[in-house]
Amino acid sequence: MSDTTMAARFVPNRLNSRAFRILRSWEALLLVVAVGIFVLNSFASPYFLNVWNLSDATYNFTEKGMIAFAMALLIISGEIDLSVASIIALASTAMGLAAQYGAGTTELVMIGLTVGLLCGAFNAFFVTVLGLPSIVVTIGTMSLFRGISYIVLGDGAYGGYPDSFAWFGQGYIYWVFTVEIAIFAVIAVIYGVVLHKTNFGRAVYAIGNNPTGALFSGIRVQRVKFILFLLTGLMSGVAAICLTSRLGSTRPSIAAGMELSVVTMVVLGGINILGGSGSIPGVVIAAVVMGLVTFGLGLLNVPGIVMSIFIGLLLIGVIALPRLWAMIAAKRRKI
Amino acid sequence: MTDHATPVVSMDAITKTFPGVKALDAVQLDLYASQVTALVGENGAGKSTTVKILTGIYFPDGGTIRIDGEPVTFANANAAADAGITAIHQETVLFDELTVAENIFIGHAPRTRWGLIDKAAMQSAAFKLLQDIGATFDPRTLLRDLGIANKHLVAVARALSVDARVVIMDEPTAALSHKEIEELYELVETLKKQGKAILFISHKFDEIFRIADRYTVFRDGGFVGAGLISEIDEDALVQLMVGRTVEHIFPERTPNVAEDVLQVVGYAHPTEFADINFTLKRGEILGFYGLVGAGRSEFMQSLFGITKPSKGVCKINGSIRVIRSPADAVANGIVYVPEDRGKQGTIIGLPIFQNISLPSLGRTSKSGFLRLAEEFKLAREYSERLDLRAASLDQDVGNLSGGNQQKVVIAKWLATQPQVIILDEPTKGIDIGSKAAVHEFMAELAEQGLSVIMVSSEIPEVIGMSDRVIVMRDGRIEAELEGDALSPETLVRHAAGISATQMEEA
Repeated sequence: MSDTTMAARFVPNRLNSRAFRILRSWEALLLVVAVGIFVLNSFASPYFLNVWNLSDATYNFTEKGMIAFAMALLIISGEIDLSVASIIALASTAMGLAAQYGAGTTELVMIGLTVGLLCGAFNAFFVTVLGLPSIVVTIGTMSLFRGISYIVLGDGAYGGYPDSFAWFGQGYIYWVFTVEIAIFAVIAVIYGVVLHKTNFGRAVYAIGNNPTGALFSGIRVQRVKFILFLLTGLMSGVAAICLTSRLGSTRPSIAAGMELSVVTMVVLGGINILGGSGSIPGVVIAAVVMGLVTFGLGLLNVPGIVMSIFIGLLLIGVIALPRLWAMIAAKRRKI
Repeated sequence: MTDHATPVVSMDAITKTFPGVKALDAVQLDLYASQVTALVGENGAGKSTTVKILTGIYFPDGGTIRIDGEPVTFANANAAADAGITAIHQETVLFDELTVAENIFIGHAPRTRWGLIDKAAMQSAAFKLLQDIGATFDPRTLLRDLGIANKHLVAVARALSVDARVVIMDEPTAALSHKEIEELYELVETLKKQGKAILFISHKFDEIFRIADRYTVFRDGGFVGAGLISEIDEDALVQLMVGRTVEHIFPERTPNVAEDVLQVVGYAHPTEFADINFTLKRGEILGFYGLVGAGRSEFMQSLFGITKPSKGVCKINGSIRVIRSPADAVANGIVYVPEDRGKQGTIIGLPIFQNISLPSLGRTSKSGFLRLAEEFKLAREYSERLDLRAASLDQDVGNLSGGNQQKVVIAKWLATQPQVIILDEPTKGIDIGSKAAVHEFMAELAEQGLSVIMVSSEIPEVIGMSDRVIVMRDGRIEAELEGDALSPETLVRHAAGISATQMEEA
């Protein structure tokens, strides 16, 4: 669609500079929102700018965030896992049961991770080997995994974890930095590198944009998806260890409803729910935004139910605004 | 048929700009009642954009559209439909699980006074529409039970159901067999008699000269010329279109074939094909000819590891290789350029350079980590070799024209340095200029020692390009032809399963 010279023309690598792309990105917009909420919060409550309070506030997003990174990759690839909160319940129950028989911290961690991996493999089998839709499979396993916890525990609860186990959910690495925020940060870096800097990450994007085209390009689509389900299960196991350690006990209702917070975090982070695009930095900022909102509203004594209304509005607002903006701009162009 | 008659639709100085490209630059297009106007141009000339503006999908940046001399603006697709403009697209969206009548009237079904769909009225109206265009099937049939040609008739009936005055046909014959094309020509005649103005977009010159009354030529988004078909010949029209003389002769080659590269022994599939045996030599172009449904693509896809064959072995350089997935095929040097570019060839949503590097990431990366500079280098090397036309290498491949998307797919596979490249209908739906470029390129690849398998339904292409041709019919190899035995007659005869004696008797 340009001139018809016959010589091989020069095609530049990129038209826009890196700075321009970053400035126009979703992540930049989200960062502005995060800063805005931070400023608002610091005016709204005198207790907000206390480093120990802020440190406590990170618990609002660390466990969800760990799963959100794995979920982000899964959603980019065009799949989803709604059973993550139930995997936490099952892993926590397994750890609790083991603790009753005197398992030490190392064993508990191994059990938590193994149960997470097995649950991920169970989901992966139905989706990638049998070719069933992941939303249906994981709605099923969402009930199944938590159901097992209810059968094992009934109305009861497991406690009596070893003292050293408390380190994961209650310990500090250095000064105000909790063990959980450190785990969160390490996982964020690992997933950021995997998604944005490796061949595997590229394959995830390719599959999410066009699974058939990816297959026809020699990508082992089902194998990649299998690994993504395993990773999501594993991260749910990690989150189960942290949450169980923080609470010091296990009930079958542990982490109930968390899967929706995780998906919200991922979508707020700019991951396309239909797959194909999004970034890990976006999810990190989204996790912080959700943490700040919850913490700020908590300081103002806003009840939990109102908080969930606020999170819902935030999600819809942040997603709808750019679309509305584009529609208005398009209208103006027409007139 | 005077030239002074007012056109039904007239596009005057229409301009449309997309970010980075001027798709249409002050183009002129007039459509007259009872006449077929052929819109001619290479890929990327602006034909599709024109159709989208006429049907109200795009809004022009400048210029005027007139209907019967009165300026109009189409706020949306419905406004264009209300003005009597309707299009039959390259791939009209139809619904397999609905009946023919429902497909025809979707969105504007006749209603009873209760506001419910009036099925009886709808079926009788559909019956009449179908009768008008010479279709013989029942409007109550489910669409999925119809063949592709009949589905096309449904699309036509749907276009006519809105009382169209202007019918746009965008490459209507691309997916049709010879007989079906003849039927379509009759249909166009019927529409002409009904007084419709027809815009006919096609890459095939024989059909333009067969059915069009007028022509309009665009080149690179600009208006080049228009006039009566009776006053121009094929060479002059091609020259207008490409801005240079293109003599479509196939590249001259001296086949320089050497040892066997690929041997296929006894390949079979439960339903699609059986008993496939052949060898492919280094530097050879092997044509696969057959009718639609002869099992050529299905066999190629199983050779590429998409579908598993039930029997048979595949030997590469003499040793047996098991190919269970495309990844295995690529690892063994077999690559496949599919017919369905949009779905199987490119990954729309990823930039050009990532599309090209995707199967070669093993080479451009270092221990699993991406190296963007290497990817750009690889993409640049092959896109320059293929004369890719794009704004930048990190542009979404979906923004490219069909011919350039095809170049990206070929570049992607050449970058893997394969031994065997399978091209499935490589020039289908691309313009005459790009076609010649693809042919030249194929010859060049063979020269360099690559073995090429070309699946094609175009007889001149099959004969002009192939060193040897395998004709398939009903999933089996019907004949293997080369040298003097290779002629249009023998190809058609074997593809249709008519023996020589029958031909003579007929």
